[in-house]
Amino acid sequence: MQTHRYDVVIVGAGGAGMRAALESSNRTRTAVLTKLYPTRSHTGAAQGGMCAALANVEEDNWEWHTFDTVKGGDYLVDQDAAEVMCREAIDAVLDLEKMGLPFNRTPAGRIDQRRFGGHTRNHGEAPVRRSCYAADRTGHMILQTLYQNCVKQGVEFYNEFYVLDLLLSRRADGVEVASGVVAYELATGEIHVFNAKSVVLATGGFGKVFKTTSNAHTLTGDGMGVIWRKGLPLEDMEFFQFHPTGLAGLGILLSEAARGEGAILRNSEGERFMERYAPTIKDLAPRDIVARSMANEVREGRGAGPHKDYVLLDLTHLPREQIDAKLPDITEFARTYLGVEPYTEPVPVYPTAHYAMGGVPTNVEAEVLRNNTDVVPGLYAAGEVACVSVHGSNRLGTNSLLDINVFGRRAGIAAADYALGVELPDLPAAAEDQVATMVRRLLTSTGTERVATIRGELQNTMDRNAQVFRTEESLAEVQADIAKLKERYAEVAISDKGKRYNSELLEAVELGFLLDLAEVLVVSARNRKESRGGHAREDYLERDDENYMKHTMAYRQADGSIALDWKPVVQTRYQPMARKY
Amino acid sequence: MTAVAERPVAVEAPKARTVEVKIRRYNPEISDEVRWVTYRVEAYPTDRVLNLLTKIKDEQDGTLTFRRSCAHGVCGSDAMRINGVNRLACKVLMKDMPAKLTIEPIKGLPVEKDLVVDMEPFFEAYRAVKPFLITGGNPPTKEWLQSQADRDRYDDTTKCILCAACTTSCPVFWTDGSYFGPAAIVNAHRFIFDSRDQGAEERLEILNDREGVWRCRTTFNCTEACPRGIEITKAIKEVKQALLFRRV
Repeated sequence: MQTHRYDVVIVGAGGAGMRAALESSNRTRTAVLTKLYPTRSHTGAAQGGMCAALANVEEDNWEWHTFDTVKGGDYLVDQDAAEVMCREAIDAVLDLEKMGLPFNRTPAGRIDQRRFGGHTRNHGEAPVRRSCYAADRTGHMILQTLYQNCVKQGVEFYNEFYVLDLLLSRRADGVEVASGVVAYELATGEIHVFNAKSVVLATGGFGKVFKTTSNAHTLTGDGMGVIWRKGLPLEDMEFFQFHPTGLAGLGILLSEAARGEGAILRNSEGERFMERYAPTIKDLAPRDIVARSMANEVREGRGAGPHKDYVLLDLTHLPREQIDAKLPDITEFARTYLGVEPYTEPVPVYPTAHYAMGGVPTNVEAEVLRNNTDVVPGLYAAGEVACVSVHGSNRLGTNSLLDINVFGRRAGIAAADYALGVELPDLPAAAEDQVATMVRRLLTSTGTERVATIRGELQNTMDRNAQVFRTEESLAEVQADIAKLKERYAEVAISDKGKRYNSELLEAVELGFLLDLAEVLVVSARNRKESRGGHAREDYLERDDENYMKHTMAYRQADGSIALDWKPVVQTRYQPMARKY
Repeated sequence: MTAVAERPVAVEAPKARTVEVKIRRYNPEISDEVRWVTYRVEAYPTDRVLNLLTKIKDEQDGTLTFRRSCAHGVCGSDAMRINGVNRLACKVLMKDMPAKLTIEPIKGLPVEKDLVVDMEPFFEAYRAVKPFLITGGNPPTKEWLQSQADRDRYDDTTKCILCAACTTSCPVFWTDGSYFGPAAIVNAHRFIFDSRDQGAEERLEILNDREGVWRCRTTFNCTEACPRGIEITKAIKEVKQALLFRRV
């Protein structure tokens, strides 16, 4: 066991983690721990763009962006947080450009902007060009640019370090504060304790609870899982975004930018069905609406293909030069993985699990909440792991790349400010024990259950029962399934007993987090008896503001059961309205 | 109305076949010896090689070790040598492959375990070329202006995902580990030809080193290996020309 001491420890090296590191590492001793290499992070898979009301190509302002974000989130957005994000969006984009990000350009040499789902001019009048982009690889460019600047600034990385526990210590006045993390080093199997004044969680999402997902294998919600096991709350976990256009059967993401550039969704009859569901902005409606519309077309027998189980994304009317210049990667995905030529053939698509709106509750300073009002001093979260909540019940496209930059920066600043004002907290007794015990248990288990079997069954039942449409019956079924899988997980055993690059061991650990988080998602979803944003209940079709205009707060009890509570939504200037597009 | 898929592409009832996957196994924690182990696995035409590796790990041998993350060719984790060619395992479809596969780690970097190599020498070369925008003077209030034509000038080399497929396909790199390698030069190119950047001289000086661009023998292995389709040899040539042009 090794012990390290830092001012700030950042967990995760995607967009949020590296953006935070750029702020904290020039003022404090900062370490960034990642279970991958920084450039492998899933920020790099984001495609379409990052919205900011630069008004480089047409009139726009950040207040319109705020309104769209609030309405897009079906009014569950904390409006003060959305205001912060949309106001700071402009500088966030300009900062990235100055760091070197190669945005596409207008004829005047400014950052070019294009349309994206749910982003409108003047409170819903018409689509607006707000998304700043670099072809359809904006996330790749953000990840690379942030890493390049981390190299420039000499940021200290610990690559392939899996953070499996958060350390909390009691201050003299009795308040519980962050005091570090415990990490498992993949290369050696060694356990490392990082003693720190501030801890920033930037670990991303947990899309791997679903089978059909755009998420990487490594998106197993470790950060949320660690928080959960500490008894700290998770907020709005029932809200999971299903991106409309995953490659059918595979889930690989095809950016909404395709529709921003003019692509059209069609059913088996060739009909542009979004005209029926969202007459004003049609294919550029927010993702929850488009995903449900697609699922509905399939359900009513208008799906395409021999099994009528997908719809078609039609780019065939777009000029080839436009496709090549603006959508090169996603058209390549269609060619590589489905053998479809998007110039001439429509692409089979179906919704794919994409993004967790919920997560670790924070305030706008990225401080982690331990309940509705109090923070855990020294603990911060930013990006998909966090729930500020700027996305409410449904995130608008591009707002995730925005979120990681705005709140990653805020987390880095806040973590450094705090660290400069406090002494290094004492570590709790036997800090590494929990991780050491977990690792030992998995290495010595003589059970007969396999990681892949349990994971596969979890993903299947989640796809079947907790996807785009949910009912009390389906959620009860998946909850029962998860309970059984958790029992079986106690009997999981692995064949690799070694210390060196034991990826099988880590997959077993990750599965434990997935099971925990799937359960929180499902229990939260059962409790919300309404349909709002990404949470569509077929037994409660309407949004119910009277009873459910509030955030879910889930807490793990000492006996492992889940207690649910509510947190008020912050409303500033927008009153909830019917959500029509 | 416009097109509707005539071919049911995504769900064409594909037939599975049994594929023999021969993998170079090495775990110094157990033995210094390299073993070749052959696994038989069912493969669909739509399976990626990564799916096969995952099936083997999940169902036959949990000790098989390889890196992977995004599984669709953007994160760069799973570069490996597949039937003698550097590829990303998640970008190779079985419909394009024979029924026998031979899989080894990428060459020229120390093997840590099975298909996992030590990436540190690779990233060290990357860091050495100052892969970040270097500007002087007062920054603008808003963005630096850049014409789309100037932006297009270096577009190709912005696509790099640092997977190391190019560098570890380079015969010069195999024989001389201190050569910067194609990926580092690609990332230098990305800034040297960026109209906003003022660090070209510094980078060219670094690449003019005896371990720099002049070691390139133009074998085109790198260009063929690149999963992102970057014309790497051309980029290296442009860096060489920039050196000659500025020096001569």
